[in-house]
Amino acid sequence: MCSPNPENPEIRQILLLMTSTMQTPVATPNQTHAGQDALVAVSGLTKRFPVSKNLFRQPSSFIHAVDDVSFALAPGESLGLVGESGCGKTTVGKLLVKLLEPTSGQIRFRFPSLDTTAGGSGDPVDASEIRSADLRAFRRQAQMIFQDPYESMNPRRTIYDTIAEPLAVQGIGSLMDRVDRVTEILTQVGLTPASSFLFRHPHELSGGQRQRVAIARALVIGPSFVVADEPTSMLDVSSRTGIMSLMQDLAQQLGISYLYITHDLAVARYMCHRIAVMYLGKIVEMAETEELLRNPLHPYTRALLSAVPVPDPAYRRDHPDIRGDLTLPIDPPARCRFYDRCPVATDFCEGNPHPPMEEQSPGHWVACYEA
Amino acid sequence: MTTSTNALVLEVIDLSLRYQTRQGEVQAVEGVSFNLEQGQSLGLVGESGCGKTSVANCLMRLLPENARLAGGQVRLGGTDLLSLSDEEMRGYRWRRIAMVFQAAMNSLDPVHRVGHQIIEAIEAHGMETTMADARERVARLFRMVGLDPQLMDRYPHEFSGGMRQRAVIAMALSCDPDLIIADEPTTALDVIVQDRILRELKVVQQELRMGMIYISHDIGVVAEVTDRIGVMYAGRLVELGDTADVFRSPMHPYTAALMSSFPSVHGERLPLVGLAGEPPNLIDPPAGCPFHPRCQYADEICRTEFPDRSMRGDHWAACWHPLEAPPLSENRQKQDLPD
Ligand SMILES: Nc1ncnc2c1ncn2[C@@H]1O[C@H](COP(=O)(O)OP(=O)(O)O)[C@@H](O)[C@H]1O
Ligand SMILES: Nc1ncnc2c1ncn2[C@@H]1O[C@H](COP(=O)(O)OP(=O)(O)O)[C@@H](O)[C@H]1O
Ligand code: SF4
Ligand code: SF4
Ligand SMILES: [Mg+2]
Ligand SMILES: [Mg+2]
Repeated sequence: MCSPNPENPEIRQILLLMTSTMQTPVATPNQTHAGQDALVAVSGLTKRFPVSKNLFRQPSSFIHAVDDVSFALAPGESLGLVGESGCGKTTVGKLLVKLLEPTSGQIRFRFPSLDTTAGGSGDPVDASEIRSADLRAFRRQAQMIFQDPYESMNPRRTIYDTIAEPLAVQGIGSLMDRVDRVTEILTQVGLTPASSFLFRHPHELSGGQRQRVAIARALVIGPSFVVADEPTSMLDVSSRTGIMSLMQDLAQQLGISYLYITHDLAVARYMCHRIAVMYLGKIVEMAETEELLRNPLHPYTRALLSAVPVPDPAYRRDHPDIRGDLTLPIDPPARCRFYDRCPVATDFCEGNPHPPMEEQSPGHWVACYEA
Repeated sequence: MTTSTNALVLEVIDLSLRYQTRQGEVQAVEGVSFNLEQGQSLGLVGESGCGKTSVANCLMRLLPENARLAGGQVRLGGTDLLSLSDEEMRGYRWRRIAMVFQAAMNSLDPVHRVGHQIIEAIEAHGMETTMADARERVARLFRMVGLDPQLMDRYPHEFSGGMRQRAVIAMALSCDPDLIIADEPTTALDVIVQDRILRELKVVQQELRMGMIYISHDIGVVAEVTDRIGVMYAGRLVELGDTADVFRSPMHPYTAALMSSFPSVHGERLPLVGLAGEPPNLIDPPAGCPFHPRCQYADEICRTEFPDRSMRGDHWAACWHPLEAPPLSENRQKQDLPD
């Protein structure tokens, strides 16, 4: 089998055209929950990684890490991206902050400082047009918080250096301004008295404190959009609750929108206005949080929900009835990605392409022929 | 209810363990006592660093160089494991008491077939005499933990994370232990795989009427797989009781705080209540009740004297001012989270 090489610019152009003409002109899931103008709008986003065994040959197989994903995020909104490991959550996050370039698809931002190049018209800016000089302005608006704060910090640098670095890169403020700004943000993230943290090193902090530093570093330049990639999954319950409410408080105070990545639906329930469920590179369901939990329509969402243990010994839950294990999406067949494990798959599902996202009730989108 | 007349498999009496470090002596386990009946499962919960793994390592007598037992007994079927010679202990470890280690799924030897590694374990403990018998035993173990016996001759890299964890559980079961200790066996796995392994583990444990100690920081998991639950804080066991009792009406303020900081996907969306502060440094733990710096009920006696046990039937807590039995939801305060 030979699939087109999406790294080839010509083919990329074609793929891009294909995905944009394939886009249905009616409602698509990249409308935001309150119908406001989107801060971030994603359509047909696709990322393939070559699986290459031979350095000298064109790769012939691809991991379809993110496959034709569309959604939008309103200013101040928090959207949860939920799914098992390997389903493509981190890749989506990195694409959105331009740590990775998409194979195809479109990302548009409507950031206050970005439209200067577009004449200050307030029009959304296409991510692919943000280059070198604009990239710095872009980074001021879009930041990412990683799962393991230790990995994103230089162990030899002090907390002050770690947090002030984005200010220095952006050339914001005098040295004294920066000290003030870092002290202020340390207080905001609950590391008080700030003076006692400024000149410590990462290893002198607990896991929860390090994650607070990572949050401070991401927020110090006042971004409007933050990708938070499992920011609490390595923390203990007590520091986890603290970080969760800190991130919510800051979002409200500073008007930040989150793409909140987590494998834990319970965490998403508390952090997100809406949840998008991913399975092997596809968003299979998206709805407002409580609607999704009360009324899951996709068989995978149902399985995921019923697999979560309940901290109440009196509660009897149904166990998920899906088969097999997660696989790698290497050149997957055209049919529904969930087909091999789906408890309600039909012959129709086998013979047809992956189902499109459809709006079952206002704001509740699902990609399943049987939903 | 667990007030049966089952034989005790395990009695842990006043167990204490220290680690020597350059900064000083870590009081990792301090005066821990509990019993386990045949066929019963006990959960050990608490934040990381509270001493759960250290307790398990004491029971297995697999301790690092810098560890020092500072007292206590671990009686397995009446024998104190801590007083045995290393040679004698070998007759107990894996045969009578086995353990699935944290992140054990990465400990399979990559160059040997999975089934072969289990057969080696069986032979090393003199369990089966012929290869055919040993293979038959591995096949049975595989089926027990939900693995296809045909996968026996595959290598670890051909297994997914969940399959490897099942193989490790099969290995721990291979010598028919009376007691199995599982230390965070599903923490690295996705929920759907975790759910299946938990169900399988519980069925096996009940079928073989094994004792089980299940260690986890996830109280949801512990609620589902255990009969009794012990809560650890700063090296101490601070509460112990039937799982249902502890969840319905926790007595220790720490237990209550731990429970109300756990988000749940099912049922009503209760506000989360945080637990301020961090667990203490075990080199120099606070005097009196170790939880007092974080406890809203702390008073003078809490700051000076380690609490006696308060009893409610066979449910107890080490606390001077144990909580009455309020419904959990009334215990929670409203907090600003999105609606
Ligand atoms: N740089 C890369 N090169 C090749 N494959 C990758 C790379 N990054 C991610 N992948 C693959 O893409 C898929 C999605 O990965 P990821 O986005 O990290 O998922 P998640 O964050 O949901 O666990 C996985 O199959 C992963 O192995
Ligand atoms: N080998 C060791 N040397 C020194 N300190 C240790 C060692 N192992 C564990 N500790 C310390 O002992 C305490 C208890 O650790 P542990 O038993 O691993 O807790 P848990 O399993 O509950 O996370 C912690 O403070 C930990 O840092
Ligand atoms: S489309 Fe078919 S195979 Fe896919 S999830 Fe729906 S029922 Fe299952
Ligand atoms: S003994 Fe005192 S400080 Fe400790 S938990 Fe009980 S009330 Fe709180
Ligand atoms: Mg990830
Ligand atoms: Mg441990």
